Amino acid sequence: MTPVVEGRAIVRDYHVPGSMFRRAKTVRAVKGIDFSVQKGKTLAIVGESGSGKSTLARIIALIDAPTGGELLIDGQRVDINASRPGPDLRSKVQMVFQNPYGSLNPRQKIGDVLTEPLVINTDIPAAERRDRARAMLQKVGLMPEHYNRYPHMFSGGQRQRIAIARALMLNPSLLVLDEPVSALDLSVQAQVLNLLADLQEEMGLTYVFVSHDLSVVRYIADEVMVISEGEAVEQGSREAIFANPTHPYTRQLFAATPVTDTQAIRARVARRKAARQGAGV
Amino acid sequence: MSLLTIRNLTVRFATATGSFTAVDGVDLFVDRAEVLAIVGESGSGKSVSMLAVMGLLPDTATVTADEMTYDGQDMLAMTDAQRRKLIGREITMIFQEPVASLNPSFTVGFQIEEVLRFNLGLSGKAARQRALELFRAVGIPQPEEKLKSYPHQLSGGQCQRVMIAIAIASNPRLLIADEPTTALDVTIQKQILDLLMSLQEDYGMGLILITHDMGVVAETADRVVVQYKGRKMEEADVLSLFENPQSPYTRALLSALPEHATGDRLPTVSDFFIEEAVR
Repeated sequence: MTPVVEGRAIVRDYHVPGSMFRRAKTVRAVKGIDFSVQKGKTLAIVGESGSGKSTLARIIALIDAPTGGELLIDGQRVDINASRPGPDLRSKVQMVFQNPYGSLNPRQKIGDVLTEPLVINTDIPAAERRDRARAMLQKVGLMPEHYNRYPHMFSGGQRQRIAIARALMLNPSLLVLDEPVSALDLSVQAQVLNLLADLQEEMGLTYVFVSHDLSVVRYIADEVMVISEGEAVEQGSREAIFANPTHPYTRQLFAATPVTDTQAIRARVARRKAARQGAGV
Repeated sequence: MSLLTIRNLTVRFATATGSFTAVDGVDLFVDRAEVLAIVGESGSGKSVSMLAVMGLLPDTATVTADEMTYDGQDMLAMTDAQRRKLIGREITMIFQEPVASLNPSFTVGFQIEEVLRFNLGLSGKAARQRALELFRAVGIPQPEEKLKSYPHQLSGGQCQRVMIAIAIASNPRLLIADEPTTALDVTIQKQILDLLMSLQEDYGMGLILITHDMGVVAETADRVVVQYKGRKMEEADVLSLFENPQSPYTRALLSALPEHATGDRLPTVSDFFIEEAVR
């Protein structure tokens, strides 16, 4: 089966122009990454800030062009430098951003937020656009009457639902999610993750999920790719990576992730007590 | 004896649509050399209650309490001058956004020396010397170089280390850390938490850690206060909180942790909380 999205040796260079005081240099943000995602699956890209994970997400979402390598969507080679992606391609790939406070226009009503992709990419008549937007609001757990409200009237979790709804208006097959829950509270995070899981099942969506939170990745991912300094240091199924991380960087990430099981807490409390008695306090 | 005691703290904000109660009758205390975590979601009033202690709330806020004592001194009866002697010296605070908390127009060396001059009366060489020591204590690499850096030249983790260095400059007895690692990566978060914990042990400070992250609580706290919508839901030592949470809200929070997911779906706070509240 052809994967929904495939990357072969993707490279992205950023050119930093020189000035009177500094020589020009080239920063290689993504250093030749290969990946592929099958329909209905989730690939999680894990890494720290500066690792190139968001650059890769932008390349997959057809926002940014790679400087080397090949990107294939549904088996077709895509080069956004050669030709701007048309409505067909835009309908296939959509993106959800990290910060729902920054990614919605404060002066645009929710209805307009949702119908805009249809206005730009399709010639569906206005009445049907409205119906589709109302139906989509319900699908993501909001109310049809939210259609005429502005973004500031919604909480962070509701805004992220709106951003997801906007991304789904064109019936995409691939959704690129760049840290979609890291700006949200724990309980709201759980709701949005549940919503994403439901939508994936219902609409057969494929996700590329960028995150730095391993506990979220463990919950949502099928495949995991760990990247560090622009290189994919470890790639594999979720079970394999969580059971047996081999690369030192992956191990470091695991070691840094807080543990919430009671045994670990008991051990820590005991250590602290011992240290205090040792110090004679 | 406890270091900071607060009884029945209420904070109201005057808004265009009437008064809004952000903190509603919260009691809490922290002992000497104890790590207290205050957990809650955004809007739970966890930051506001500590800002009230620091006197950093805007004029629209009304703070009332039956008791607010620091080390036996009544903070409610203090004059502003008396309070200033305490705040920034005995009680210090670090904030969530380290890059935004530092002044972008001055070097970090200038900013830490300013604190040393103003609070400890050190001058010139002595201040520089102490600043260097503090930078070493918080693990900033090449401290001599870094003193001359501006905040934008440092990473987020290094800026947070600078903030911590400034906060511990006056040997405080109580450090309030408001979401100190929320803006940082997990690996950096681990380093900063380890640093805070070791400083807390070395200096014997009381530490109040405000956070929404149950993972951070599990890794650091001695005792935990859970807040929701301005009210205290539960108070327990860390082990009993995770082993046997009493309040339905705490149970809901714990089960919403992705690593506790048992089936396909994550239980959410609303699944749980409303259900139990109705019962």
